[in-house]
Amino acid sequence: MTLLEEAPAARNGHEPSRSRLVVVGNGMAGVRAVEEILARDGAGQFAITVFGDEPYGNYNRILLSNVLAGSDDTSEIYLNPVDWYTDNDIDLRAGVRVVRIDRFAKVVLADDGSTLHYDRLVIATGSRSFFPPMEGMWADNTTLTAGVFGFRSLDDCSGMIDYAAGKARAVVIGGGLLGLEAARGLQNRGLEVEVVHAAPTLMNAQLDDDAGAILRRSVENLGITVHTEKRTEKVLSADGAVTGIEFSDGTQVPCDMLVVSAGIRPNVGLAVRAGLTVERAIVVDDHLRSVDDENIYVVGECAQHRGQVYGLVAPLWEQATVLAEHLTGTNPKAVYQGSRMATKLKVAGVDVAAMGLKHPEHPDDEFVQFSEPRNGIYKTIVVRDGKLVGATLVGDVSKVAFLMQAFDRGLPLPEERISLMFDLGTPSVEVGAAELADDAQVCNCNGVSKAAIVSCVQGGQKTVSGVSAATRAGKGCGSCKGLLGQVVEWAAGGAVEEDASASWYVPGVPYAKPELMRLIRELELHSVSSVFAALAPEAAEDAQSKMGLASLLQMMWAEEYVEEHDARFINDRVHANIQRDGTFSVVPQMKGGVTSSEQLRKIADVADKYEVPLIKLTGGQRIDLLGIRKEDLPAVWADLDMPSGFAYGKSFRTVKTCVGTDFCRFGVGDSTALGIAIEERFKGIAGPGKMKLAVTGCPRNCAEALCKDLGVVAVEGGRWEIYVGGAAGAHVRKGDLLATVTSAAEVMTLTGRFLQYYRESANWLERTYSWVPRMGIEHLRAVVVDDSEGIAERLDAEMQKAVDAYRDPWTDGREPATPGQFRPSLPLTVLPQVPVR
Amino acid sequence: MEEVDAPVVGHLEDIPVGEGRAFAVAGDQVAVFRLRDGSLRALDAVCPHRGGPLADGLTDERVVVCPLHGYTYDLATGQEMSSGATGVCAYQVSADEGGAIRIGPRIAR
Ligand SMILES: Cc1cc2nc3c(=O)[nH]c(=O)nc-3n(C[C@H](O)[C@H](O)[C@H](O)COP(=O)(O)OP(=O)(O)OC[C@H]3O[C@@H](n4cnc5c(N)ncnc54)[C@H](O)[C@@H]3O)c2cc1C
Ligand code: SF4
Ligand code: FES
Repeated sequence: MTLLEEAPAARNGHEPSRSRLVVVGNGMAGVRAVEEILARDGAGQFAITVFGDEPYGNYNRILLSNVLAGSDDTSEIYLNPVDWYTDNDIDLRAGVRVVRIDRFAKVVLADDGSTLHYDRLVIATGSRSFFPPMEGMWADNTTLTAGVFGFRSLDDCSGMIDYAAGKARAVVIGGGLLGLEAARGLQNRGLEVEVVHAAPTLMNAQLDDDAGAILRRSVENLGITVHTEKRTEKVLSADGAVTGIEFSDGTQVPCDMLVVSAGIRPNVGLAVRAGLTVERAIVVDDHLRSVDDENIYVVGECAQHRGQVYGLVAPLWEQATVLAEHLTGTNPKAVYQGSRMATKLKVAGVDVAAMGLKHPEHPDDEFVQFSEPRNGIYKTIVVRDGKLVGATLVGDVSKVAFLMQAFDRGLPLPEERISLMFDLGTPSVEVGAAELADDAQVCNCNGVSKAAIVSCVQGGQKTVSGVSAATRAGKGCGSCKGLLGQVVEWAAGGAVEEDASASWYVPGVPYAKPELMRLIRELELHSVSSVFAALAPEAAEDAQSKMGLASLLQMMWAEEYVEEHDARFINDRVHANIQRDGTFSVVPQMKGGVTSSEQLRKIADVADKYEVPLIKLTGGQRIDLLGIRKEDLPAVWADLDMPSGFAYGKSFRTVKTCVGTDFCRFGVGDSTALGIAIEERFKGIAGPGKMKLAVTGCPRNCAEALCKDLGVVAVEGGRWEIYVGGAAGAHVRKGDLLATVTSAAEVMTLTGRFLQYYRESANWLERTYSWVPRMGIEHLRAVVVDDSEGIAERLDAEMQKAVDAYRDPWTDGREPATPGQFRPSLPLTVLPQVPVR
Repeated sequence: MEEVDAPVVGHLEDIPVGEGRAFAVAGDQVAVFRLRDGSLRALDAVCPHRGGPLADGLTDERVVVCPLHGYTYDLATGQEMSSGATGVCAYQVSADEGGAIRIGPRIAR
């Protein structure tokens, strides 16, 4: 980056005719305006420089609430990473603040001492947090007392996250949208939070008293204390850090941190000093130009248009479009007419949406009100001349998508107004999609209109994910995804394509599983590289496809499979499970969860010798040694001298058992012996997903067999029930009964056949809990139990081949399969980083 | 790729074809990848997301996928491809006829 003024021609070597556009403010409005300008071929007219005093690319400020709450990572909220500027030939001066605009010389002066000439200027300086005067709030003229925060920028947000660690109590001043989001975020971080609000009603800018009272109860139900009608007079501190606040009535609330969210103030200092007309914000005309200077445009929260100053993103998308049309001359008649404002509270568990009027204002306005305080539900609707002009939804926002569109675009409303609030035959959203005006905004976070989506579909994108990638619709808070899907569907005339690749077994090889398997067999492809060479477009390898192909080939060829280590995920390369700090976890085989004092002694010795930071019992009844360094793996295995438990792969994992008839007074079947036998036979078998099994000795089901990929339950009369497709992880599902059999031998046969059928026909990473319902239990029963397709014998034989090909991967420890197989990949990191217990 | 003039950090034989290994270079950790077409690539060894070991990632001719959460980096430029997150630095790297690997300066992006 250079700080000297340069003529645009010098930077590009050609097009000396381009004039210079300078944008002050690298926030949501400024960059959106630049994007709109680029979209209108502005790069041919302007050499663009963007100043931003935050040292980052442009990020989605809205999502700071999610970052604080921990549901988004800071790295996930960038709208335009720094590379975007380079790629678009934009001179980004990040971390540089403009301190003066000289309108007569047409230059801006920045705090790094640089000056830059402009032909056109865009002011997009946004707002800052407002700190009401309070004793003790400031450490000095520019520094807040330690522990006091505003909530506006990424730095505010990271500062709060860091400071909150280990703190117990927070107070948030301000019970508006941002204050409540900040409170919930801090609460998610484990703090006890109290919200202090000067007005009697929470979110009083958007809500009436009834709605506010219901909101208050929902917030309190989350465990957040609310004080209303309290004026904070003092910030108390000790040793320079905040310790509490004091109200005007003298009462105090102790706290370890304080967030002030008492409103925002537009950043207008630059404009004032430059002699532009500033009232509440910088006054602009209908082209978003300063009323004093036709070369200066103003956009976003620092602009005042027809008396309105907006504090939400939707209006600034509209402003940016008008600005770009006018500035580039694409449409010199483009005018901004003002925006309607709709708000949604982004606090999980407390649904609030509000738009337009709170109450009827004219005598013939229609007003529909529904209130159910006990259930925390409150809804109102204001209709004027048959158009929706206001709506409030608390507690149930299921109708918000339609209402927002109706509000934005003045859609015709159903005669029965009540159906605007409840599902009583409201126009279905498909009708909504058809009726939506072209410029209706579908994605409010990224400002994507129906027309933009439609033209994207007409341009050939026929998948929802494709449209989303191309337009960024649905990539903000995600609440518009349903509507987006419907608009895409409507635009494609019902011909929405499933992503073509959605049916492929792996993303890099364009075939569904059956076809892929047929080709692999026909062409005798025994290794992953040979599959890419023969079947991938342009024979290109694809990193994302390697694991799935390796698993498939291993399943298909068993002993004849040609192992290529680079096609394996790291876990499968070193036969251990990678942990967050790059160390590994080691789980020795412990069939059926049965162990011996000798094994335990060995494990204990190994744990001591390698200073294993954490020894943990797994959910699958085994012992996990966590925090092992990669380079120690071979020695650990040698010392353990136990086979691998395969706790790291997409493979057969464990068989959980209960003690059954051995010791349990209720047991009716020898579940332990059967579990051990199953694990002995199928250990290490590779598959499209993990396979976790269990055998339990009676229907009391102590081994939780009903929620396993395959679970066996002993029942009275020497019989065994076999359940398949159960799960109890991220997804919970009770297994379906596949068969009831009378001998352990039959259990073994059906288990093998079922697992083989799963291995052959499930998609990559598709667990049985989705595969079983997809195939249908009747179909599975027909194939696996009744052999309706005549393939049982083949399935059994294939499984036998796989069983015969078993070899304990931990023997790799003796003779590494590749050079440096166990060499550390992060040699300089101090390990372990996971907590030592 | 042009020859790099720098101390030898390792040998081609240290890196199986299609995989990566990490080397320490003047205080930096650099992951060197040996692609199936025989060429070499070098990136910072530590994933900027949560510190994942990139040398342990799956690769193809264009990218390496971090083993921890799947962020995907362009092997030639270090750019993050899955969501435009922060990228890593790419380095010049070469092996001479005897297979000695040298890691050169960062490649400016
Ligand atoms: C936590 C939070 C949650 C929010 N949630 C929502 C929501 O759910 N829905 C909604 O619609 N809106 C929401 N908003 C509001 C929304 O983020 C703003 O309306 C929007 O960001 C305004 O964009 P802007 O470009 O005008 O200002 P900003 O995005 O603030 O950008 C202004 C930029 O200019 C920079 N700048 C200022 N002065 C100078 C200078 N002199 N030199 C160089 N750079 C300068 C600033 O540092 C800043 O980066 C939220 C805001 C916050 C803080
Ligand atoms: S499932 Fe039945 S047999 Fe097994 S331990 Fe429980 S009660 Fe005993
Ligand atoms: S650490 Fe690399 S993707 Fe998370």
